[in-house]
Amino acid sequence: MTWLARAVADVERDPESVYALFPRAAREGGPGARAELLRTLTKAAQDPAAAITRLYWQGDAGERLEILETLPQLDLGPAALPLVHDALRTNDTRLVAAALGPYGSAWLDDHAFRQGVLKCVFMSVPLASVEGLGRRFDEELRRMLADFAAERRAAGRPVPPDVLERL
Amino acid sequence: MRIFDPHIHMTSRTTDDYERMYAAGVRAIVEPAFWLGQPRTNVGSFLDYFDALLGWEPYRAAQYGIRHFCTLALNPKEANDPRCQGVLDELPRYLLKDSVVAVGEVGYDSVTPEEDRVFEAQLALAEEHGLPVLVHTPHRDKAAGTRRTLDVVKGMDPGKVLVDHLNELTVAMVRDAGCWAGFSIYPDTKMDPDRMVAILKEYGTERMIVNSAADWGRSDVLKTREVGEAMLAAGFTDEDVDRVLWQNPVAFYGQSGRLHLDDVESGGDYQGNTILRGTR
Repeated sequence: MTWLARAVADVERDPESVYALFPRAAREGGPGARAELLRTLTKAAQDPAAAITRLYWQGDAGERLEILETLPQLDLGPAALPLVHDALRTNDTRLVAAALGPYGSAWLDDHAFRQGVLKCVFMSVPLASVEGLGRRFDEELRRMLADFAAERRAAGRPVPPDVLERL
Repeated sequence: MRIFDPHIHMTSRTTDDYERMYAAGVRAIVEPAFWLGQPRTNVGSFLDYFDALLGWEPYRAAQYGIRHFCTLALNPKEANDPRCQGVLDELPRYLLKDSVVAVGEVGYDSVTPEEDRVFEAQLALAEEHGLPVLVHTPHRDKAAGTRRTLDVVKGMDPGKVLVDHLNELTVAMVRDAGCWAGFSIYPDTKMDPDRMVAILKEYGTERMIVNSAADWGRSDVLKTREVGEAMLAAGFTDEDVDRVLWQNPVAFYGQSGRLHLDDVESGGDYQGNTILRGTR
């Protein structure tokens, strides 16, 4: 039996065991192990959103990243939005980019989504990585990007091509 | 010259330092949890600090091509404040994290009963988690404090104990005990590069570890490099320098099973680095 198979069985039997298993899952279980444990936890836990939230708050940057990336598979509705907001408050490009994946794109309100997109521009996260940008692009976001471009030009700095092509 | 700084408090340093360290050959570091200058008064302050050592600081280091690991513990200074004791209850879940490569800094500051208790509790945690231990020796009454430290760690595998901040008067007893010997090289205090070279000449390079320990006080992130240069000037070989500045700390912290340096040694990108456009 592999480490991951044992861990999955443990979480199915006792969802509380996930808090000791999840931090070790990448090194013990290999790529994909953390996502597997998250899927198992959402099926086994009485309150899946609360369990995922606790795991996120206890996680290091790598654990938080994998939780954000797995959210679209967990069927939590908007309950995990506070985690996305937390990731958008960080200055870690990996977390910010993951926050604007399919889950964030589906549930963030317009204001938070636009601020997230603009933050990506500031942090040099390519806009191509923002899920659903075409679908959610609106006049207000176009204005914000145009103002950003004007600020860059006034400072004598280049405007990134992926901003220019959306103006 | 490739350098692994096994003890450096980057939380207190600017990005200029990361740039200078990379230019000098530093490719990987361990940041031990210690105090922050201003004593903390509650457990939450520690948890935010631990989270920074597991999140923001490794991310910041990676932007400058340096791989960041950490050691976590309730340090001996703040071990004396009853308001901080709850840190011991939180540590077990933190010691599971991928980039935690030892328990530390533990040990003595003023050598109090509280320090005894916290020190021993954390040695037990290290055993439980299969982690090596980074032990701080006191700056006041160092020789007596180091002797007492060695008594406390006696039951442990000495190969998993690094006793730090040593000098001419404490090195011999640590080597006799079979532990790893650590030296912090500072501009004015603790050790300097020439005295370090003299110790290496007398005792050899085996189980010897050198750090810059740079922090909030007067300190220099490039002291490790200076030791390497002083070693070469004194007739040590490139291999000797590599043993002290790279192979020894890698062997010590490698006992955690969590010290992954493949990406550092091949000069590849670190996780999210590839997401950057490179125009920052």
